Amino acid sequence: MKMTDIMPPGLALKKVDERIMTLNVGPQHPGSGHMRIVVQIDGDYIVACDPDPGYVHRGEEKMAEYRNYITNVPHLERPVIHDSCNVLYPYVLGAEEILGIEVPERAKYVRVICSELNRCIYTMYWLAIYGIFLGHSTMFMWPAGDRELLIDLMEKVSGARVTHAHFIPGGVRNDLPANFEDVCLRQVNYFEKRIKEYAAVFYDNPILISRTQDTGVLSRENAIRYGTTGSVLRASGVDYDLRVKAPYDVYDELDVHTNVMKEGDSYARSKVPWLDMMESCNIIRQALQKMPKSGSVRTKLKPNPKTKGPATVYKRVESGRGSLGCYIVSDGKTEPYRVKMSVPSFRNLLAMPNLLIGEKLGNMPSVYWSLNYWPVEADR
Amino acid sequence: MSSDSEKPQTEVKAEEKPTPPKPAPKPAAKVEEKPVELPAFEKGISDKLIEKFGDKVEVDFVKEDRVGIKTSKESVHDVAQFIRDDLHYDHAESVTGVDFPAENEIEVVYHLGSYTESSLARQVLTLSTRAPRESTPIPGQDSTKLPSLRDIFYSVEFGEREVFEMLGVYFDGHPDNRRLLLPEDWADLPPLRKDFAIKGR
Amino acid sequence: MLKDLVTPENANVFVGKLGDILEKAIDKPLGYAINWGRIWSLWPVHIETACCSVEFGAASSPRYDVERFGIIEAFGSLRQCDLVVVQGTITRKMAPRLRLVYDQMPEPKYVIAMGACAITGGLYFDSYNVLPGIDGVIPVDVYVPGCPPRPETLIQGCILLQEKIKRMKARKFV
Repeated sequence: MKMTDIMPPGLALKKVDERIMTLNVGPQHPGSGHMRIVVQIDGDYIVACDPDPGYVHRGEEKMAEYRNYITNVPHLERPVIHDSCNVLYPYVLGAEEILGIEVPERAKYVRVICSELNRCIYTMYWLAIYGIFLGHSTMFMWPAGDRELLIDLMEKVSGARVTHAHFIPGGVRNDLPANFEDVCLRQVNYFEKRIKEYAAVFYDNPILISRTQDTGVLSRENAIRYGTTGSVLRASGVDYDLRVKAPYDVYDELDVHTNVMKEGDSYARSKVPWLDMMESCNIIRQALQKMPKSGSVRTKLKPNPKTKGPATVYKRVESGRGSLGCYIVSDGKTEPYRVKMSVPSFRNLLAMPNLLIGEKLGNMPSVYWSLNYWPVEADR
Repeated sequence: MSSDSEKPQTEVKAEEKPTPPKPAPKPAAKVEEKPVELPAFEKGISDKLIEKFGDKVEVDFVKEDRVGIKTSKESVHDVAQFIRDDLHYDHAESVTGVDFPAENEIEVVYHLGSYTESSLARQVLTLSTRAPRESTPIPGQDSTKLPSLRDIFYSVEFGEREVFEMLGVYFDGHPDNRRLLLPEDWADLPPLRKDFAIKGR
Repeated sequence: MLKDLVTPENANVFVGKLGDILEKAIDKPLGYAINWGRIWSLWPVHIETACCSVEFGAASSPRYDVERFGIIEAFGSLRQCDLVVVQGTITRKMAPRLRLVYDQMPEPKYVIAMGACAITGGLYFDSYNVLPGIDGVIPVDVYVPGCPPRPETLIQGCILLQEKIKRMKARKFV
């Protein structure tokens, strides 16, 4: 259907460029987050969209060139503080390869547990904001309250609520606290029971379905062409999860199931992260079972560790938003020559202008946030 | 995952520097001792490229799950076309610019991956090319230019825009070489160049 | 007589003057009442500037529930708001927008600088795109340190702000 067919005749007679209005959404807007989206609307329909990120561009990559491999850890996790373990993970894997250190077996399992807990913490926050973007206050309160359970667990492990700086080159900063396994198992089981209840209040809610189904449809071909990743890609029917396809650390010893949906609309994109959280609970239970019960969790390094010589590494992990890569160029000095974070939010951003064209303006928040987008990470 | 980070030598290399060439003399003694066993699948990918392009491409490294290809800025477009059509890499994960003031060059690295070809799911192909570098850059108007790969890999669009503002590499053929992340009134050097020093350092 | 005095054009001026006269006449008790009203309906602007917004969101969650203390959730037009919580780093691109938002808000307005970045630049003290604190952009009432501050700390900062408002003159701005 062409837009002019459903316009009132008086409007349709006008020349197109007289009807078009340019609208700034953000950075101070309840539906924009930390960025500005410039949209041009014709009546209620978006005809052009130009995302304008960079409001939180803090120059992390430049700063990384002035710090050594260990002191880079705290500031490189700041792009996504509620997913701080995963955002550090590829950097830590790359630094280990460049520094030439082995990681103890127990540390790898601790990393997997922390990484999965963080994925849930991230996704719950994302879900809470998605709820409030759609005006669904219950869906803000429930996830925002339930994620505190897992934050408590991570606080026991690392001592901080969100910024853990727990993964370091050589392992993890400290061992799991005493009796952690029991507490973790209990909390995770309760957490899984809770998130299953979200289906009734959110995912089976007819209002939500009518607002998100068939909006912002991303076809399989376009999902691949735009280079999207993570839940956006899996919601468009591409079976790709790095934990299965290119397992790192001990993921190859764990049984990971990939959730794929075919529809590619906002509804599918909002449902895949929720299914992934249940999968995370499974992985945590497996890892707790298989983890060596004792042993070292950290290969000690000198304060200013020496590299093995010039090298380049590119490591990828599956974060809460998708494949997160870190490209490190080392010239043999104690500081990296160049660190590049290939972040999933930045990659998914490319899909946004293409998805929004032809949508109603009212659907913009639901399409935008369903891209699993965290602006701070995209800007770095 | 933390395997040996030494780049195995390949048959095309015949000579010099590993990827980040550096001005200072490096401890080069231990590298050439024994030929390392190259992973077969990755070797096959690099062989296909050599077979097609001959000495236009240079294999940078071949290691587990990673293949590194270097090429000149004249042939990067053709190489990328071949990589997409015949090797079935279908998207770019990131576009990185690395500044090498000692060689007066800026390297642009494309990390390419594949969703459609299941055998390539583990692989990342690193395609790197180099642009000349000028000591006083005028972004967009000096000789620091490269052909854009946006018509081959649509997913490089924002990556190339980022490299343009961060390093001043203009991409010929890119439809939208605007600023992306930096403030509108940024008038300093492109910040990721090595001669742009951050305060107090 | 009053009818002749008030026309649609000067109605607002007249009402404002009336408030002045009333306040001068009754002074203390009325000023206290006005401040009491402001304390329990602080309404923050929805401007997220960096990653501290995660902890600001957590402060409105059921466990911390900042609404108990009269800080309403940050959804609404900035013309109705009277509190800016600067949630973290201010970059050079965001600073003019922050000033613009602040200027558009009606008086009285209060500012909480949340997180180390908003106070001094924090972890990003040597970044090329980050301001060393927001003091040069907008005046700050309360500093809440932390990277990021825990929700409890933010709530404490809000209570400090309320204490401060209590001691302010009700009509500071003429």
